[in-house]
Amino acid sequence: MKKKKNSIWMFFASVKLALFVLFILAAASIIGTIVPQIGTFVPQDSILEHYKQFYGAILNGLGLHSAQATTVITKISDLLSFDDMYSSWWFNGLLGLLSINLIVCSIERLPDVWRLVVMDNHQTKISRLQSMRNTLELTSSDPAPQTTAALQQRLAAIGWPASQSSRDDGHLLFSQKTPWSRLGVYVVHLSILVIFAGAAVGFFYGQKGGINLPETLSSDKVYQYGSGDEIDLGFTIKCNWFTMTRYPNGAPKEYQSELVIIDNDKEVLTKVIEVNHPLSYKGWTFYQSSYESHKKYIISVANQTTDVQELFLAPIREPVRWQDEKLLFAITDLIPTTTPMIYQYKLMVADGKGGQQLLILDDNKQGTLIRPDGNAYDFQVKEFFSTGLQVAKDPGVWIVYIGCGLMLAGLGVAFFMSHRRLWLFISEKEGKTTILIAGTANKNKPGFEQEFAKINEALTQAQSIEVQK
Amino acid sequence: MNSATLLTYSTFGYLFASFIYVAAFLFKSNKAGLGGTFFTALTFIGQTVALGLRWQESYQLGIGHAPLTNMYESLVFFSWCIAGFYLFLEYKVKNRTIGAFALPFAFGAMVFAESGWLKISQEIPVLIPALQSNWLIAHVMTCFVGYAAFAVACGIGVMYLIKDFSRQKDKGLMGTLPPLRTLDDINHKTMIFGFLWLTAGIITGAIWANSAWGTYWSWDPKETWSLITWFFYAAILHARFTRGWQGAVVAWLAIGGFLCVVFTYYGVNFLLSGLHSYGSV
Ligand code: HEM
Repeated sequence: MKKKKNSIWMFFASVKLALFVLFILAAASIIGTIVPQIGTFVPQDSILEHYKQFYGAILNGLGLHSAQATTVITKISDLLSFDDMYSSWWFNGLLGLLSINLIVCSIERLPDVWRLVVMDNHQTKISRLQSMRNTLELTSSDPAPQTTAALQQRLAAIGWPASQSSRDDGHLLFSQKTPWSRLGVYVVHLSILVIFAGAAVGFFYGQKGGINLPETLSSDKVYQYGSGDEIDLGFTIKCNWFTMTRYPNGAPKEYQSELVIIDNDKEVLTKVIEVNHPLSYKGWTFYQSSYESHKKYIISVANQTTDVQELFLAPIREPVRWQDEKLLFAITDLIPTTTPMIYQYKLMVADGKGGQQLLILDDNKQGTLIRPDGNAYDFQVKEFFSTGLQVAKDPGVWIVYIGCGLMLAGLGVAFFMSHRRLWLFISEKEGKTTILIAGTANKNKPGFEQEFAKINEALTQAQSIEVQK
Repeated sequence: MNSATLLTYSTFGYLFASFIYVAAFLFKSNKAGLGGTFFTALTFIGQTVALGLRWQESYQLGIGHAPLTNMYESLVFFSWCIAGFYLFLEYKVKNRTIGAFALPFAFGAMVFAESGWLKISQEIPVLIPALQSNWLIAHVMTCFVGYAAFAVACGIGVMYLIKDFSRQKDKGLMGTLPPLRTLDDINHKTMIFGFLWLTAGIITGAIWANSAWGTYWSWDPKETWSLITWFFYAAILHARFTRGWQGAVVAWLAIGGFLCVVFTYYGVNFLLSGLHSYGSV
């Protein structure tokens, strides 16, 4: 007999509480999808306005509109932080309650379940076998020991290898499948705690920030979201270049940045990142998230014969001088192409002594110009961008992912596997051998009934065994 | 033939199949029911081909992605999943009356996709960079398999309630429906199946978000609503498994759960879009 448990303990162990918390969590979560939340998607200062309008509209709808009512409601929702609901004390309190519920419930039930998993089924009382839902009685013309051996062989042949024990009044064969599947639900429950743990690790030890890094420049800091505080990376990140490709209709197709990690003055890693393909280094991950145009152009010029190359930065129609090569040039015009937002560049080149030449360049493609003095130059023009990087460090992600894996595995086991047990009790009464077959499954009982019938069919095929009327 | 024509045919195919199933049910004709199965399977095959064609067409347009990326394509895929899941169920349960309650969902999804009521674009969309991810494909597929199961569970819930409310449960028209216990059992199994896929859908979505933005969960309305749906079904499973809720209550809950699914799927996009830029169509 179990001793009577403390009623607070039983309250936290109850499934009633679980149901209550699950329904309340579902209902409460709705609030945050209707009330605008403080966050990245809606600009901060417009929230208050939204907020007032929102409650105003609801009250109007109820025919209760007054400034006072709005104030009261706004106060309530301030208290319960409806505008930042998912980090509010009460919402996280509910999640905490769910966790406590899960832990207490598992502590309460797991020992019993574990006993069922490891229990010695050879101790089962014959009277219990007789009262099971799936039973069948057979007789055999062979003596009990031979019948037992034959049945054991046959069971093994159909995938139910059985162990044997003897009692004074007969022989017991027992076979079972996936007793451990009873633990599936507990793996699911554990996985929820693991995911929460991962989220907590991320909350306490993770950091999120961002930076707009102009092409060719580098930084050893990023800026925290919300506060804008500087975060030291402990190494340097450099953006070699950023490009954007477009679909024929002008919609962005891909953003790419070539990033270099410089640690201890050494370039340790170079990678081209794009959306969905970030770069990771020392726990930090750099995500391509946006870009910024500076309305300036990077003009790269190389002397083909000497191989000297130089980069210049200039807005449109502003002449640039390359002193060493005595070149003077400017982008004089942008020519629209068939793809919206993609231009060709009209580049005017001179050397201060007349001899103007015109070069039309495709975006980010090289073009060659032979000067009147015979020197050949390669020109290339692209727009000057900053790459917008989202930067995150979340040591909890892997814990969350492990939790997710556990959850799927646990659900698979809980839903599709069952603990099935089969007993055969063979005894001799008045010179006649009788066989009692009994089986149970902890889940999918209709399915097991069919399986039980199949097993019996296979067992009765032996000539010396017949079904008892 | 191009995918658009074939998809229009699919809409009528499911309409026709639904019609046959309903007629077979009303006239208690098992033979006619066989016709329903035949037309469902035929339409399902045609729709599969159409999805393949649309995929191919997107490559010809230089876009090149699986047809799973906007509202139109997801509705078509939803309809395909419902029909596929239903055929699987019919094979398992061997009762065609369920078709009269399940197939109309496949037809309904196609109607919303094709009719223009929702003012959605039927064109093959170009993919903005964030959507170019295999995790997104996995996410959409897993979610919609789950949603399809929930749609069928809703249909079975309706069946259960009709049978339960009618005076003569086991005679006449109602006698051709599976017994209440069987319906209850199928309903439960279908929801379990959907729950597993919805779980996988939420997880793959989180992984996708993390690979695109470095945040696996940000409580945006779409995510939150999928979680609400998940909590709801988790509660149903517990109510049934540990507190013995059964029958009519669970049938009502199956309908309620599907309403959550519908809201997650359309409601968030159409009703909450005024407040959240991210949720817009
Ligand atoms: C979101 C949270 C939860 C999820 C996803 C979840 C999932 C599951 C699943 C899938 C099952 C198996 C149901 C079946 O086989 O039909 C189950 C069973 C169960 N759950 Fe939960 N659960 C959650 C929360 C809880 C909580 C908070 C409790 C606390 C009391 C709880 C108690 C139980 C019990 C007692 C069972 C039956 C276990 C058995 O077979 O012995 N669950 N749960």
